[in-house]
Amino acid sequence: MPDLLLELFSEEIPARMQAKAADDLRRMVTDKLVAEGLVYEGAKAFATPRRLALTVHGIPARQPDLKSERRGPKMGAPDAAVQGFLKATGLKSLDEAKIQKDPKGDFYIALIEKPGRAAIDVIAEMIPVIIRTFPWPKSMRWGARSAKSGALTWVRPLHAITATFGLETEEPDVVKFAVDGIEAGQTTYGHRFMAPGAISVRRFEDYEAKLKAAKVILDPQARKDIILEDAKELAFAQGLELVEDQVLLDEVSGLVEWPVVMMGSFEKEFLVIPDEVIRATIRNNQKCFVVKDPKTGKLTNKFVLTANIEAPDGGKTIVAGNERVIRPRLSDAKFFYETDLKTRLEDRLPKFEQIVFHEKLGTQAERIKRIEQLAAEIAPLVGADVEKTKRAARLAKADLLTEVVGEFPELQGLMGKYYALAQGEDASVAAASEEHWKPQGPTDRVPTDPVSVAVALADKLDTLAGFWAIDEKPTGSKDPYALRRAALGAIRLIVENTLRLPILKAAKSALLGLSVKADAETLPSDLLAFFADRLKVQLRDQGARHDLVDAVFSLGGQDDLLLVVRRVEALGKFLDSDDGKNLLAGTKRASNILAIEEKKDKRTFDGAPDAALYKLDEEKILAKAIDQVKAEASAAVAKEDFAGAMSAMAKLRPAVDAFFDKVKVNDDDPKVRENRLKLLNEIRAATRAVADFSRVEG
Amino acid sequence: MDALPDHMRPERSFQGFILALQRFWAEQGCVILQPYDMEMGAGTFHPATTLRALGPKPWNAAYVQPSRRPKDGRYGENPNRMQHYYQFQVIMKPSPPNLQDLYLKSLAAIGIDAAVHDIRFVEDDWESPTLGAWGLGWECWCDGMEVSQFTYFQQVAGVECAPVAGELTYGLERLAMYVQGVDRVYDLNFNGREGGEKVTYGDVFLQAEQEYSRHNFEYADTAMLFEQFRMAEEACRKYLAAGWREGGNQKEHLMALPAYDQCIKASHVFNLLDARGVISVTERQSYIGRVRDLAKACGDAWIHTETGRAV
Repeated sequence: MPDLLLELFSEEIPARMQAKAADDLRRMVTDKLVAEGLVYEGAKAFATPRRLALTVHGIPARQPDLKSERRGPKMGAPDAAVQGFLKATGLKSLDEAKIQKDPKGDFYIALIEKPGRAAIDVIAEMIPVIIRTFPWPKSMRWGARSAKSGALTWVRPLHAITATFGLETEEPDVVKFAVDGIEAGQTTYGHRFMAPGAISVRRFEDYEAKLKAAKVILDPQARKDIILEDAKELAFAQGLELVEDQVLLDEVSGLVEWPVVMMGSFEKEFLVIPDEVIRATIRNNQKCFVVKDPKTGKLTNKFVLTANIEAPDGGKTIVAGNERVIRPRLSDAKFFYETDLKTRLEDRLPKFEQIVFHEKLGTQAERIKRIEQLAAEIAPLVGADVEKTKRAARLAKADLLTEVVGEFPELQGLMGKYYALAQGEDASVAAASEEHWKPQGPTDRVPTDPVSVAVALADKLDTLAGFWAIDEKPTGSKDPYALRRAALGAIRLIVENTLRLPILKAAKSALLGLSVKADAETLPSDLLAFFADRLKVQLRDQGARHDLVDAVFSLGGQDDLLLVVRRVEALGKFLDSDDGKNLLAGTKRASNILAIEEKKDKRTFDGAPDAALYKLDEEKILAKAIDQVKAEASAAVAKEDFAGAMSAMAKLRPAVDAFFDKVKVNDDDPKVRENRLKLLNEIRAATRAVADFSRVEG
Repeated sequence: MDALPDHMRPERSFQGFILALQRFWAEQGCVILQPYDMEMGAGTFHPATTLRALGPKPWNAAYVQPSRRPKDGRYGENPNRMQHYYQFQVIMKPSPPNLQDLYLKSLAAIGIDAAVHDIRFVEDDWESPTLGAWGLGWECWCDGMEVSQFTYFQQVAGVECAPVAGELTYGLERLAMYVQGVDRVYDLNFNGREGGEKVTYGDVFLQAEQEYSRHNFEYADTAMLFEQFRMAEEACRKYLAAGWREGGNQKEHLMALPAYDQCIKASHVFNLLDARGVISVTERQSYIGRVRDLAKACGDAWIHTETGRAV
């Protein structure tokens, strides 16, 4: 079956957009092919700075023929209706129609056969539409045609389109279409500097090979592999080690069609700057990699650059040029760093009085005061020294006002730590500058130093309480203040450090600290529900069952997240066991019977059963088991021994099984029946010592 | 070009460098203008770009524009930051299909050979909140150094560009430093002579940098500047209002250029006030908005003038 080759050749596409654009092109073309009945065998898309390319192979040469029936007027209908029917169906006369018998009167049926079209024609129609509706994050107009409305927009000026379609064994056809004056053809161009000439291509195989000969590596992954391998090797050859950086690698591979990796160096005197600042300078401004000494783990005065050409002088000029650019950049960074060191962190604080955190939540200075107070309250609960915690909270954000963080916002916190250490702060206090921002997401590291934990929790709780108080909660996909991340961060801080922290109480404290008036009654429980939600998401992501979280939270009064998690874990293990599965089944059965009978009698069966009404041993045994299990499970729960509570629960299973085996609940004697239903209710009640089994799925 | 005397070669002298660019763009059919006679932050403010980018009539121009950025002054102590420097500006409307190639050839004309240097077009979307303008394009890198801005204007002074103009802006000192191989702007050879005849960039501008830094940061008369801002804004509005005519069946404007001068003035005065640190963060946005309003009103006037309107 034939293959399609499509290339859209343009001026330089922003690196960050290339991968998604390739994917969009593949998706849009293949979706449309399938929608047109052209089911293909495979497709792959590629991007370089100057082109998007797509190969789709195994496309049928024609669409399948479509047969359909169309119901027409009744026999003997007025002529206007008949004529309309003939016109709509393309029949010459009613002789060509079938007649369908029907009790309400026979009517005409037209058999319409729509022959499939040649795939190349379908493709020629669909690609211009795809090009015109392509979802670039930002697109533009250009050139003389932009004077008219309806001019083509593209990410940057589009210069040429290659589109061929055909069998491997034959000379493929050009797919004939034009978009805003650009005619599809089979001519593309090589590397901008090394092979700028026109290249005539037939199909994907020779296209990719000819591009390579013209110094263009089409596949982004291949470019990444080259850059990474060459960079590692250059470093290794000098006994050094490349500092790998996936994000930078992605970007750099989108800036070159022919990667040429080289190594440059800078003056050793710049190594007094913290490694992270050197790296940020070289990475952000120059898009170069840094290199470390594997023996010390510290950066060396080398960097790795990726050029787009093989220069006749072996790249000497390029390396020298890059070195000349990096030198003043590092010199600026060194100046910023040394300037920052001259001002103590606490002396920066008054400036926060001028900086608004949020118009309804006051200044940064006010926020820092609140965090300090809350952190001091939390400190004893997490085993942190109160004075150190207060000091840490006060200084934690001061680095936001430093020159280095102004230049490289991603170094916030880290610079605070360096500056704090430089001015002789306690190690825990200094560490909190960096750590209190953590964890930033589900995979980020969770701090463990109690001082950092206290400040991190206070920071997150203040944020949550504040935005809750001014009713800026996340909705749907909108979470501009990253409150979900803050809540998840708090959860991970508590759970992973096995902290016992009543979250409701902490939330209340946070709310009381705010200057805006907040409803301290309903908001905390609302906030707790938000935590429950985030916890569910978190546990689900870890593979736990989210229904178990519901089963635990619906017991009420669960504001100790650590206990919730432990309970969920124990419950999960229990329900994986045979005892657990059967007990769950028994409980569900009891609940179902109760539900039916409650509905029938329009009443509930609360209250203790009457021992005098037990007729069978199984009833007595079950009643005894329930009493025993309740007592044991409650005692275990009180000791926070959830596994113990679950094993106690397991003892209920044989009694429940025997009961359902031998006892008919709906006894003829209404008193006995009522008593048995009460006993069933007791099963349900007993299990509530550990969880609300009715919320467990399955 | 080989016939050039040594001291005029672009890699030998700053002035030769400028002349080479001018000659190159003159060859491409650009009118070579002289700098606009007002203080401005960038070559884009020149009416030859801001206003001429609007309307359907073709326009190709190139010029040097002294650019004043009061906040960037460093008392002459920083090797490459100055409150006054030169931009070389090219505008071509409609943007020609080979504008990138022309740009690369212009680099060759000033001694940057694309076979030896690593030249890259790196995404950079341009936006000027004060001019109500935006466009898409790149920073042009040469061996890791940003040497030019390349922009396809999409909107200027609040008006859609139809057709789109291509704009190139070269940072002249930075490029010349690279070509001459000096690390400090003040060491640039200005006139290409050697020995006693040599004049450096520092000879021409170092004292000015020191004096203006002092002025911009410490002594610029803020009371006067606030008043000047207000006056420029008022004058701009007055000229705009006075310029409208009902001519036949279409509206006409007869004073867009003088009104726009006042917008340029207001913008520069604002930059000076900003450098003096007397404008708070919130006020800053409001001042920028006021200049933008003027720019937009001027753009609207311009497209109703003889040169700016549709034929």
